[in-house]
Parts: sequence; C-alpha cells; structure tokens
Amino acid sequence: MNNNIGVEVEETVRDLRQYFKTGKTRSVTWRKNQLKALLNLIHENEDAISKALYQDLGKHPVEAYRDEIGGVEKSAQNSLDCVEKWMAPKKSNIPLVFFPAKGELLPEPLGVVLIFSSWNFPIMMALDPIIGAISAGNVVVIKPSEQAPACSSFLANILPHYLDPNAIKVVEGGGDVCEQVFLQKWDKIFFTGSPRVASIVMSSAARNLTPVTLELGGKCPAIFDYPSDFKMAVKRIVGAKWGVCSGQACIAIDYLLVEEKYSSELIELLKKFMRKFYGDNMMESKALSRIINKHHFERLRNLLKDPLVAASIVHGGSVDETNLFIEPTILLDPPLDAEIMTEEIFGPLLPVITVNKIQESIEFINSRPKPLAIYAFTKDATFKKKIVSETSSGSVTFNDTLVQFLCDTLPFGGVGQSGFGRYHGKYSFDTFSHEKAVLHRHLCLEIEPRYPPWSKFKLEFLRLAYRLNYFGLVLHMVLHMLGLKRHN
Amino acid sequence: MASSKLNKKVFDLKEASTTVKDLRITFDSGKTRSYEWKVSQLKALLELTEKHEKEIVEALYSDLSKSEAESFIQEVGMLKNSCKTALKELKHWMAPEKVKTSITTFPSSAEIVSEPFGVVLVISAWNYPFLLSLDPVIGAIAAGNAVVLKPSEIAPATSSLLAKLLGEYMDNSSIRVVEGAVDETSALLQQKWDKIFYTGNGRVARIVMAAAAKHLTPVVLELGGKSPVVVDSNINLQVAARRIIAGKWGCNNGQACISPDYIITTKDYAPKLVDALKTELEQFYGKNPLESKDLSRIVNSNHFDRLIRLLDDDKVSGKIVHGGEKDKSKLRISPTVLLDVPRDSLIMSEEIFGPLLPIITVDKLDESFDVINSAPKPLAAYIFTNNNKLKEQFVKTVSAGGLVIDDTTIHLAVHTLPFGGVGESGVGAYHGKFSFDAFSHKKAVLYRSFFGDASIRYPPYTSTKTRLMKALMGGGFLAIIRALFGRS
Repeated sequence: MNNNIGVEVEETVRDLRQYFKTGKTRSVTWRKNQLKALLNLIHENEDAISKALYQDLGKHPVEAYRDEIGGVEKSAQNSLDCVEKWMAPKKSNIPLVFFPAKGELLPEPLGVVLIFSSWNFPIMMALDPIIGAISAGNVVVIKPSEQAPACSSFLANILPHYLDPNAIKVVEGGGDVCEQVFLQKWDKIFFTGSPRVASIVMSSAARNLTPVTLELGGKCPAIFDYPSDFKMAVKRIVGAKWGVCSGQACIAIDYLLVEEKYSSELIELLKKFMRKFYGDNMMESKALSRIINKHHFERLRNLLKDPLVAASIVHGGSVDETNLFIEPTILLDPPLDAEIMTEEIFGPLLPVITVNKIQESIEFINSRPKPLAIYAFTKDATFKKKIVSETSSGSVTFNDTLVQFLCDTLPFGGVGQSGFGRYHGKYSFDTFSHEKAVLHRHLCLEIEPRYPPWSKFKLEFLRLAYRLNYFGLVLHMVLHMLGLKRHN
Repeated sequence: MASSKLNKKVFDLKEASTTVKDLRITFDSGKTRSYEWKVSQLKALLELTEKHEKEIVEALYSDLSKSEAESFIQEVGMLKNSCKTALKELKHWMAPEKVKTSITTFPSSAEIVSEPFGVVLVISAWNYPFLLSLDPVIGAIAAGNAVVLKPSEIAPATSSLLAKLLGEYMDNSSIRVVEGAVDETSALLQQKWDKIFYTGNGRVARIVMAAAAKHLTPVVLELGGKSPVVVDSNINLQVAARRIIAGKWGCNNGQACISPDYIITTKDYAPKLVDALKTELEQFYGKNPLESKDLSRIVNSNHFDRLIRLLDDDKVSGKIVHGGEKDKSKLRISPTVLLDVPRDSLIMSEEIFGPLLPIITVDKLDESFDVINSAPKPLAAYIFTNNNKLKEQFVKTVSAGGLVIDDTTIHLAVHTLPFGGVGESGVGAYHGKFSFDAFSHKKAVLYRSFFGDASIRYPPYTSTKTRLMKALMGGGFLAIIRALFGRS
C-alpha cells in the first residue's frame, strides 16, 4: 500500500519538476491567470466552502467568510495587483570603487514547493501560502490536513478545475502519505501546524538542505492594563478568544494577565459580552465552532480534570461529548504548573492570571517560550515601549486582537518556539523566492593592481581602495606614474 | 605552552551547556541590545584587526601559506570594511521600519522592529578562517546577540589566534570562542541555539540542520558548489583570463566557495582561451608556479590526496593542457588546466576546491545553460561575453546564489548585495545589512485605538453585518463609513 502511495507521490513530484523546467510558471501572464482563477474559485464556490467548513468545524458562515474566504480573496487580489511589481529586478547601489559596475537583485522561483496546511483554518492555511507560491512562479504540492476531511476533499476536487493542474497538485492523506512525501526532494517546504510535527518536517528537510518556513503557535498572552475603553477591549477579547474557531487558532488569546484589583470587573464584563454574543445557553449557540475531533476534545477536557484547575473555573466548564462542544470557560488563577498553563490551550478555555502590578506581565511572559503574538490593552505609552523592547514574539498588537493577520504590509510569522520565516503580502512572494544577486561588470576598465605578482605598490593601492580613499588612490597612482614614489 | 595544553579543559556537553547558560544570562540582562554595547564590540573587533594585522597574516601563512597581499585583500581588509560599514550604518539598521496600514485595520499604525534572536552559534570554515569567522560575528553583534564562535580546527593557527584575541578584546560575558573538532562541535550542536550560522560543506550542513531541527532553530548555511564560468568569443580575452585566474588561483589557490570551478566555452574558442590562460598564468606566477610565494598551498594532506585522486583517472590526466606538477612535501599543486575531461568524471561531478580548472566545450554557447542547470545550483556563476542577448539569457535562466557578468568572485566584496546560496549551495544570505537581518527577528507591531469599532466583528451575526463586513474587507468606501460609525 505504501509502495503505491510512494510511487504516486514520486511521479507527482517528477511531473511537477518537468513542468517547472518548461518555464511556463515563470511568466507574469501565467501567474496572473492563476490568481484570477483562484478569485473565481472563491466567488463561485463560497457556499460550498462554507458548507465544508461547517462540516469540519461547525464554523458559522460569517466566521467562515471573515476568517477564511474573505482573507483568501483579499490576499489573491493584492497579489494580482502587485505581482508584476514584485517580480521586477531591484537595483542595488554599488560602491564607486567597483566602477564600472551595476548591481541588481532578481527574484526567481525556488521550484517545487510543498505546503502543509493545518486543520483549524483549512481553506485559508492552504490557499494563502499557495497564493505566495504561485505569485513567485513555483509549482506546488499542497497537503491539506486530514483532520479537516471535508475541506481537504473540497480542495482536491475543486483546485484542478480552476488552477493549472500541471502546476498545482493536491495530495490527500495522513501519516502514511506524509512519510512518502518526506522521501521526496523539495525546493521549499511551508508548514503550518504544531512544534512537534514541525521538528519532524525540518529534520526531513535537512536531508536535502530544503529551506523551510514554520508557522507554529504558542501561548499568546493578552496583557490587560486598564485601557481607555474597558468595554471595547473586553469585547475584542471575547471576540478573539471564542469567536475564532472557538479558540483553536495560533493567534487566539491563550491567557489573560490582569492586575488583581481589576480581575473581578474584567471577569464580569467578559461574562456579559459572552452572553451577548453567544446567548444565555452557550451550548446551543450557532456562532461557536466545535472542537475539531475527539482527540482534541479529550485533550481539552483533560486540561480541566486537575481538581485545582477545576476549582478555578468561574464560568462555563460544561462539555458535550456527542457534539464535540465545549462551553466558553473562564478560569481564575489556575495553578501555573498545571498543563493548562504550560501547554498551548488551542480551545475555548481562558485562564485569567492575576498579578500585583501589571508590569510583572513582562517577566511572566519572558519566562515562557516566545509566542506567535502578544496582545496588550493599555493607554500607557511607556508601558507600550517596554512591552515592545523587553518581550519577544512574532508580533505585538496594542488594543486589539487578531487584526494583524489582515495587515498585508506586516510580516506574519513566529520566533523561537512559535516558528521562523514569514508571509502575507510581499512576504509571501519573498518566502517562495530566491533573491539572486547579479553584478554587471565590464572588460574595458582594468585596474592593474588587482593581480599578482604582488608588490608594495599594489598592496598600498589596495589599502587605499579599501578605505574608499579615492583621492588617495588617484594621488598614489599619479605619484607612482611620475616616478616620485619608489616601490619594488 | 605544552603544559597549558595538557591542562586544557575538555569541552564536553556539560561545558557546552554551561557556556550557553552563561551567555543566556548575559543576553537576558539586555546588555547586548544597547547601541553603545554594539559599537564598543564592533570597535574592539576593528582595533584587534588593525593592531594585530601582522599576527593574523602570520597565522594565515602558517595555516594556508597565504601571501601577505591575499591575506590583506581578502581577509583583513574585507573584515575591516565590514566593521566600518556596520559602525556607519548601525543606527539606521536598528531603526524600526514604519509600514503603511490599509483601510481594513483603520485606524492603526504599524512598524517592524528588529530584535536579536538571543544566543547564536557561528561555525566557521578553514579556507578564509579569519574572515569567515568574524564577518558573521559582526552581523550577530550588530543585531544584538550573544555569540559563540567555533572556528575551524583545520586552520589551527588562526583558530588559536582568534581565541586569544577575542578573549582579550571582546566582552567575554557575551562573546566566546570554542576551539575544537568533531567532538566539541557535536557538543555545541546539541544545545539549544536561537540561530545557527554555518559556513562549510553540504555534508556537515545536513548534520547542522538536523541538529537545529530538534530545537526549531533557524539556520543560515553558506555552502559551495561547482561555480561555472561561461566564456564567449569576441571578448577582451586578456582581461577575462586575468579575472578568471584571479578568481581561481588568486583565491586561496582555488580553495574558495565562489572560485571558478570549471569553464564552458565553444570548441572553436577553447584553444585561444587556453593560450591566454597560459600566458597570464606565467605573468602572475612565473615559470615555476610550485615555487611562487603568491599562491596558497593545499591546506592539508587529506585535501592534497583528494585533489590528486581527481587527476588519477586516465581519461582525465590525459586532458591536462597546462600544469599538473605536484610536490606532496610542500602540499603544492601547480595551476592545472584541463581540456574536455569526460562529463561523468569525478572532477566534473564533485566541487573541486583546488587549483585544477577543467574546460569543457560545446558547439554553441546556448548549450552551456543546460549543462549548468542540470547540475546542483552553485553559489556563483560567471559569464564573459559582449553579446547582450546571451547575457540576458544567462541572467534569466541560470540559477545560482549570485551571478557576475565579466568578472569573477568580486561580488563578495560588495556589501549592498546579499551573499548566499540556493538549493545545494545554501540557505540564507549575509554581508552588509543582510548580515544584520540574518541575525534579527523582524517583529511586527500594530497599534490600534478604540475609535470606530466595527460591531460587524461580533456575533450575533446578522445578514446586515455580513454585508458590511464584506464591504470592509473588500474596501467599499461608503460601506466602510457606515461600518466605522456602527453602534456596538
């Protein structure tokens, strides 16, 4: 069975490599056509996409649009508008000492790229990197997550109808397929998922020195420092925790940090907005996604099993095993060594951690692995500066949540355990490109002191050249020519 | 001195772990992030280079029999310039980059802030043991990291000198040199680094990347490959020949990652080229090149034997048209040119890294591009031609780290061009600002306010909200106005 999969995957890669060699994917026309086709795909299949997302995750169609469909649309349109500009060679200034010379940076596709997408935003995490890969002129294999089977199936069926089937191929499957995929040689691997699997991906990439981009996650904290608009801040937090795939997002708020004296006010307001958004009986709310599968459901349920953790629940805590649904849950000061505070939660449980002074949040965050995002609600400009300069994360967002994802001019990626590499906007194009340096020289003007046999004159000339001492250079040569400086 | 060697501590896993722990404490203190610290360290590097130029040149002579001129031009002079560039540009490099934000996140402001990764490992090579150790260290320091440098044990005099000088001049709490071979390197590679910068060969690079994968450590791999030179007819052959020689034998006797590895020219032009090379070789190195002081020796007997083996093949040795003399006791091989060696010989499949220059011929020069592209991507590729169409085709179709038209190797000295490979020749780039960037994490920072919150963001989701949100994401102006003033 593995043999068959192996042969299939090998053939797929071979075909893609042949096609890439023809140069077809390098033309701006081909790239634009693919991006236009992707836009058509989105426009003509919005309902089908929503349906697949509902099937896999119970996502509300508005969430599906806001977090996936709309995002892909925006990304494809932006790439379509900018790809020609991105493809153009960039001029590099060359120091005068190299005259005559001209320098440029020429982006070129890496070749055959492999994209692994995650299950929580199965459409967005597949198509957004594909947009980058196509814009950069590569051929692509996309391996959608098997944990979101409806979306995986949808992509496998629909992509060949819109995109060039010789250049973009979908490979579906689980661990056995991944094993075979790893045996191939790729020119780039783009992975979205967990650190554990990322390590396996990178180890496998090391065999062929394949560059990788790893978009991971982490425990993204939100610092709550009595902001200028308390209510709006809380609304944004509620929306960012439970309104995005029920907390199953790499940039979802994992936990909150707040000064002890504001914690009850904060929790009351959290509850108020939760009821407003999700109704009094949250288990029935259609606006909340469910947990992706039994494995993750159990994992999350187990986080609450610890008696000390269970005792810290101040809201929610109910679970519905049949529907894989967990109620939006708030905990107040669960033990810091409990799993809920050491592992990325990736679910609808929100620990609220109290500190004496809000400034302590910085040390708290720094004693933990670097997260993908840090959020801070504060009006204190000094504190903002401190957060930016004293913490490290993929990104920092002040007074809001998640929207940095929509900002095409900001690189989206992690650092440390949250990953490396970045994408979105032009960064997507760059991540799938090799920036080739090109130096144009001429055979006319020749500087004799470049070559052996070496002499004191030549060495002195070169010392002056290195110091970019143009005047000294000219003087040195003139004196030498006039015989006023003796050298052997 | 012998006794100090006996008392020398064994650098094992425990030592490695302690080293990293110490450096991390220093890094966490924030010391290495200040402009003042960086400037002090860069100035210290400059000072040690200037004050100890003589010892550096002596060490290079001891390790490689490198001539004073070459040592100055290619190692000392370049390193000094790199320091000076960093000192001059550092403030500019450190400044946050303001970025535009779109209407989707209005109102907001954003910037990209460069921050150090933390504790980084630089593993250097033996062929330019001074430059390739300290040039990456400049980047690491400029970006604010703590650094461990592991110089190559194959250049022991330079390694020892670096340990001594860096110990004397640099801040030992944040910059350390670890000398040693496989065992010490393995101990280092098992630690958790925030970035690893490796210069060397593909085999060890795979080991480095696999080790990095365990900790999700990003890497820069500066490798090599077979850098081809395409030579057209109707050119200033004398200048071209000189530049080829300077790039080949003038660069550590061919033992350089970007040395011209082999030449491709037409059958008709080859004899002319061979004659020009012979003439200029004699000009440079005299009639007895084995005795020339301007040529480095082969680094050690391992590499000497490796190179002799490349000539062992009857089908290869018969193709020698110039040189071929050797002196094992002195580890010297004279500049050797070969014409039309078989394409499947060892000398044409492995990176030569030595003073042997095969010339292969084709009927038409267009064929050379296929020859180059059917082999792994090299670090550099060169072309000498006056034919603009050929130039364009070369630039467009040849994929390599960097390309130079009408010259060789000189792009290494241009700090405004990124220096790095692609495919087998490596991952990542450095020099100038690219060094600073290689050792920095680019953190996205988004500042939002509470003005104009879009209620459409939150459930319960109504069809009106959906419409507005689509407008906002798509940028419809009127709809956005309405959304901005939406009531919560």
